[in-house]
Amino acid sequence: MNLLPLFIAIPLGTAFVIVLLGKMREIYSDILASIAALILAILPFILILSLDKGEVLVYSMGKWLPPQGINLVLDGLSRLMLIIINVVGFLAIVYSVSYMKKFTAKSKYYGLFMLMLTGMNGVVLTGDFFNLFVFAEIAAISSYALVAFGVEAEELEASFKYMVMGSIATILILFSIGLLYGLTGSLNMADVGRTIQGNGSTLLSFSMVLFLTGFGIKAAMIPFHAWLPDAHPSAPAPVSAMLSGVLIKALGVYALMRIFFNVFGFNLQLSWVFMILGLLSIFGGGLLALRQDDLKRLLAYSSISQMGFIILGLGCGNYWGILGALFHLLNHSSFKSLLFLNSGAVEYSVGTRKLDKMGGLSKVMPVTGATSTIASLSISGIPPFNGFWSKLFIIIGLVQANHFVLAVLAILASVLTLAYYLRMQRNTFFGKLKKELEKIKEAPLSMCFSMIVLAVVCVGLGIFFYPVMKVVLEPAVEVLQEGIKYSSLILGG
Amino acid sequence: MIFFLSFILFLIGLYCVLIKKNLLKIVMGIVIMEYSVSLFLILLGYKKGGFPPIVTPGVEGTNFVDPLPQALVITAIVISIASLALIISLCMRIYQKYKTFDITKIRKLKG
Repeated sequence: MNLLPLFIAIPLGTAFVIVLLGKMREIYSDILASIAALILAILPFILILSLDKGEVLVYSMGKWLPPQGINLVLDGLSRLMLIIINVVGFLAIVYSVSYMKKFTAKSKYYGLFMLMLTGMNGVVLTGDFFNLFVFAEIAAISSYALVAFGVEAEELEASFKYMVMGSIATILILFSIGLLYGLTGSLNMADVGRTIQGNGSTLLSFSMVLFLTGFGIKAAMIPFHAWLPDAHPSAPAPVSAMLSGVLIKALGVYALMRIFFNVFGFNLQLSWVFMILGLLSIFGGGLLALRQDDLKRLLAYSSISQMGFIILGLGCGNYWGILGALFHLLNHSSFKSLLFLNSGAVEYSVGTRKLDKMGGLSKVMPVTGATSTIASLSISGIPPFNGFWSKLFIIIGLVQANHFVLAVLAILASVLTLAYYLRMQRNTFFGKLKKELEKIKEAPLSMCFSMIVLAVVCVGLGIFFYPVMKVVLEPAVEVLQEGIKYSSLILGG
Repeated sequence: MIFFLSFILFLIGLYCVLIKKNLLKIVMGIVIMEYSVSLFLILLGYKKGGFPPIVTPGVEGTNFVDPLPQALVITAIVISIASLALIISLCMRIYQKYKTFDITKIRKLKG
């Protein structure tokens, strides 16, 4: 039996049932959301066990074969993304069971969350351009609504800003898809990839620019980043974790990788464009993060900076660069989600996010303090945590591609990361406990559970990086390195 | 070239989003941009003197217009209606909180 449609059907079905169930009792929606998310989190591992390494699974919707019909494609890259999306999604749902108690309409929250999962799973599985656009819109629109979920003044403002930027991005993407359809007469990625080879048309470059801008806005790379530092801190903590940990990767970086590596084919100019955008994001995000006094805003700027590392690694285009980028993508989803969940726990217990109003919290919130320290050490690239290995691989990739200056800059940037995370740790969890904070209690059990699991993942990925690299990352690297052979893999021949 | 028409429309929408200070005018700009893309897709499938792509017995001719862009445009329009509804309701909520539609006065978040 082919499991692929389940990734879209389960969350989509749950989203509608859960809103109806929520009318009866709230606990039902908690249980249903957790069960659905648990099934989704287990499914990708079943797929890994049942498939050979590097095997490509294609599912044609309604038995319409690929160039005409819509197909779902599972290769190494989509498998990696599915694991990230569904595992982080499950943990965020478990966390929400306690965290979202202060909000009304919890079942509507779960409904929107499930729709977001549907959209992201669809984006990483689909092999069709227009389908990609539709799923990206499903994920994006539900995330606009989730950012505004608290309906306070700031949240609405952030959501409006996010939505204007996001709408422009999707319009550019649709424009570009239209251009490609006009040039090739097909919407299937594999078919388009085969048709445009050797075609040096200016319109093709124009469509590439439109894709780069559109997905660049979604990935919050630096010239297009303005919405992220407002939108991510304003959302409820589990949603921030999903947005920063997964959504910008699934909608932004994944789509960029798929389109530029597998459809258009990677070349030297693109490599420079990626590397320059990456460097801008690393330093812009990092320097802006240094001077933030709001915990979640600092994390949001740090997301921009870490996304820069991923784009920089992809820009190298060689084995180690891409491996490092994908590993950093996996790692970033674990530690950045963890940090956002920590910030949510702090906000839940202390009631503020201002760095200067906190201090010494690890004495009263031991679980949050310990997990947050692990996450900060990982993201700053301290061995043996996972962030160290991925940054090391990216730097090896840069050296191998003879970009020594860029390698030195990347090392400097990871020192910068360490600087602002040390500042964050010192102001929140270390130091002297303030008098008025002494009665603070640790966050509830379900929140602690998610944080501990993610911390274990951070440490585990650091220690067992070699098996993870062999089983999960290498098939994904292969997909990107094979480049435009993608089309012959899907269509055959 | 007829395609420039949709491009000009797109630029008008973009101008509106970038320059206008009123929330609702920004929304209108977005809608104009969405329409320009819909128009572009429809123009892609258009053929002069083409038939609707329905096979009727007795009528000959293969000069059908391309039906696929029309299906795409319907989908795109449905999506844009949904996002329009969401963004308008956001505007209404913002108006309740700030008592203004002027974006220069809606600045509780700092850059």
